[in-house]
Amino acid sequence: MAGWGFIAPALILLGLFMIYPIIWSLWMSFQVGKGMNLSFGGLANIERLTKDPVFLRALGNTFTFFIVQVPIMIVLALLFAVALNDSTLRFRGLFRTAIFLPCVTSLIAYSTVFKSMFAGDGVVNQTLMALHLINTPISWFGDPFWAKVVIILAITWRWTGYNMIFYLAALQNIDRSIYEAARIDGVPAWARFRYLTIPMLKPVILFTTVISTIGTLQLFDEVYNFTAGSGGPSDSTVTLSLYIYNLTFKFMPSFGYSATVSWVIVVLVGILSLIQFLVARDRRSA
Amino acid sequence: MTATTMTTASDARTTAARVPGNPFAVVRRALVYILLSIAAFISVFPFLWMIVGATNTSAEIIKGKISPGGAFLTNAMTFFNQVDALRIFWNSGFIAVVATVLTLAISSLAGYGFEMFRSRVREGIFGLLLLLLSIPFAAMMVPLFVMFSQAKLVNTYVAVILPTVASIFIIFYFRQATKAFPSELRDAAKIDGLKEWQIFLYVYLPVMRSTYAAATIIVFMSNWNNYLWPLIVLQTAENKTITLILSALTSAYTPDYGMILFGTVLATLPTLIIFFLLQRRFVEGMLGAVK
Repeated sequence: MAGWGFIAPALILLGLFMIYPIIWSLWMSFQVGKGMNLSFGGLANIERLTKDPVFLRALGNTFTFFIVQVPIMIVLALLFAVALNDSTLRFRGLFRTAIFLPCVTSLIAYSTVFKSMFAGDGVVNQTLMALHLINTPISWFGDPFWAKVVIILAITWRWTGYNMIFYLAALQNIDRSIYEAARIDGVPAWARFRYLTIPMLKPVILFTTVISTIGTLQLFDEVYNFTAGSGGPSDSTVTLSLYIYNLTFKFMPSFGYSATVSWVIVVLVGILSLIQFLVARDRRSA
Repeated sequence: MTATTMTTASDARTTAARVPGNPFAVVRRALVYILLSIAAFISVFPFLWMIVGATNTSAEIIKGKISPGGAFLTNAMTFFNQVDALRIFWNSGFIAVVATVLTLAISSLAGYGFEMFRSRVREGIFGLLLLLLSIPFAAMMVPLFVMFSQAKLVNTYVAVILPTVASIFIIFYFRQATKAFPSELRDAAKIDGLKEWQIFLYVYLPVMRSTYAAATIIVFMSNWNNYLWPLIVLQTAENKTITLILSALTSAYTPDYGMILFGTVLATLPTLIIFFLLQRRFVEGMLGAVK
């Protein structure tokens, strides 16, 4: 009996506020109707997905954010961590704190700041023009392409330091003598990085990649705040989570259909995590 | 390519130390400093922008003015006139503090329980929980909302706090960290006649304070900054958190950026203070968790 007392409170809460709603939402995703007037619809919702242009837009956008943003962020975080792990580097604490700082800010603080920085005649356009990189100001939030770019920049700005801390902590656990031995054997630095650092960090890289994948596929806050909830211009930044929110709380409530869209995220996260696990395992055996 | 540049650069110290004045190593070394400085500048710039912005008028901010101005008091007064700041900060603070305390208590108990009392059934449950970690909040959002509205708890603190309290991520984090907890301490405490909950309270808790510190930062941050769920369940203005209020202010047709940036400075202060207070233990705590 010992031990159950420690985990029981967590299990009860998780059962009530996670497992039960998940099962309920799975059931809901097969129901059609407006508001709470739901009836069993079989696969009608899934059929509706394939013909819903906004859903397809949201799916494409979410995927774009994921494909572009996660690799950039993971590579940057790894670079910073490796650089900061050097004990002879000066101002390490300062650099570390500075790079971690963004993830302490509230979402709203940073989305407001980014909004004003990327305004039409804001500081970013002015700097780019002063540097003669552009001739006319870029309409960051008015252009479908640049709106996506700003969102990717914003998430990268905010979460790179967070991932870096995981790598930094993992790097400090690696026994220095392994590197010393490799160095004495004449293994070049890039090979030490490729064949020692990367494999030893693999579990942490996998962990952060999966966490970042989940985070990016659930992207909501930034888009909602940057675009005042619209996902604009012309749905170019609408994400799956934003669409679910709109389906549930903004349009005529369509609980069944929005539950179906949310299960698309579940399936995507599942597939992508599985791929990441398989890639990690493949490299190990290779 | 850059990845290798970085490591070679980090190794440059040995080469540089052995061969004084090796120009290649010096250049690589300089490159690392330049890259880190750029990254640090980009990371910190929006903070400076926010603080300076709080002293400028909206028109000046939009024009990209980056020097301090004289509108600080005006911005502060506009903010306090439009927002019932005391009430709103109380909402945010109460929710974040209670949620953090409960999350740490319940999740660290579970992390300790899963690690110290391993059994086949519990390992199975733990594996199931890790699978659930990949289910996004969006999939629970609608049923959760229906549950809380049926329980007549919409628009209450309880509704905001309860679903966040048992965090699988934090349970996982504590379990990982518990692996580093010396079992001799537990054995010694047992011989001294301490009960299991006493060991947890009087031995484990003080020993693991770095782990708790790091978890406090992460959990407090995510609760203070939480957006989507409070947006759904908190519906009247006087119950909203600072995050929701500022978000509403920015989506005005012509947002008053000076006033809003003043508000964002206020909204960022608590997480900044907690971070700087606990910072020394933070990396230490993370260290335990990734072993």
